Amino acid sequence: MSEEKDMNPKVSEMLARSEANAKAAGKKFVRPEDEEREVVAPDGSIIKVNPIYDYFSGARPTEEKPRNGIVEKFLNWARAESIWVLGFGTGCGSIEIPPLVTPRFDMFRFGVQMRPTPRQSNAFIISGYLSVKTLKRVIRTYEQMPSPKYVLALGSCTINGGMYYDSYSTINRLDHYIPVDVYIAGCMPRPEALLAGFGKLKELIKAGKAEKANEYARNFDWYKANQKKIVKDWNMPDYNW
Amino acid sequence: MNEILDKIKQKYDAKDVTVERDRLAFLTVAKDVAIDAVTYLRDYEGFSHFVMMSCVDWMEDGKYQLLYLLHNPEKKVDVGIKTYIDRDNAVMESAHHLWKQIWTYQRELHEAFGIDFPGSPRVEENFVLEGWDDIPHMRREFNTKEYSENTYFPRPGRETYDPATYMREKLYPNQPVTAKRKDNDK
Repeated sequence: MSEEKDMNPKVSEMLARSEANAKAAGKKFVRPEDEEREVVAPDGSIIKVNPIYDYFSGARPTEEKPRNGIVEKFLNWARAESIWVLGFGTGCGSIEIPPLVTPRFDMFRFGVQMRPTPRQSNAFIISGYLSVKTLKRVIRTYEQMPSPKYVLALGSCTINGGMYYDSYSTINRLDHYIPVDVYIAGCMPRPEALLAGFGKLKELIKAGKAEKANEYARNFDWYKANQKKIVKDWNMPDYNW
Repeated sequence: MNEILDKIKQKYDAKDVTVERDRLAFLTVAKDVAIDAVTYLRDYEGFSHFVMMSCVDWMEDGKYQLLYLLHNPEKKVDVGIKTYIDRDNAVMESAHHLWKQIWTYQRELHEAFGIDFPGSPRVEENFVLEGWDDIPHMRREFNTKEYSENTYFPRPGRETYDPATYMREKLYPNQPVTAKRKDNDK
């Protein structure tokens, strides 16, 4: 335990700060399931677990440099043909995704498929309006996806707030919180528009321009500041994967 | 239906009796007997189903209006008990002992309007918003557009047009405007 704590000084600092803030506000910082506790292992021994330290790496994201010439081109070609989308519907637009797995639209012919976990996926569709509450989950999920990863923003709401531009609970511009590769405009865009968006994403990947995961690492502090401005009860590590 | 209304009128001095339909009526009672009236309807008149509870903000009068809507499954009638509470010192007797689902309604009203229900379980917990630190968002003096502009990086260049005017100018520029249309524009 102590070794892991030493390995992640940033997490320790962040936690200490958040704990102080929570204490000042008279609130409890960790959720009950995240509290440090003792559990009984299958062999009967008692082990200490501290979920916040045990489950997350507190390391900052790092930029990944492209490989040499033709190797990178080959990799990009391969990446473009395997777009695995995380099955996470954030707003009303997620209803446009199920038709894509039907024979009528059939996204599998483009190498696009849905995955149930962020660990297995490299594309994230933000489907429609995004409330602050969901944004918190989106940040955690996005950071858990392995790089290279791509974000498609679906619908007007992710571009300028759409019809929820004056809502107190939904964000206006997604690109201030996580980097966006492709915007698909419309309210709602039809499944054909989504397929066109995947086509555009493939072009970008093949051209080596879908480098937004690196941009997130480069401008990490700016993104974090924006995220923390609106996620008021920040009770997770700064970077969790 | 009329019997029930008469009884409540006599017992709790109800005012503003509105009969919307044969099977739906609303009564306004004083704040301190509102829960008594709800309890009476539940225990003696067979209104065993609690439909919903809601709040209306009468900002100009300085009042919140609370509504408890009850349903009688045998007679198939609905009765709403309304009551007014002070807006600046919004405290209401909790009714969580009558139906468990009232916990949730009271939690929602506590977050949305800042109404305090002393003794209601988990009433202080977040309901839909997390870490909200402004005034309760459903109070009418809360300016959601201003809050959004200050918080969420509005994209510049957004313009709004009145659809009727915009379409007439773009699609039918030469067509004369009739008197009826002029009225509609206002």
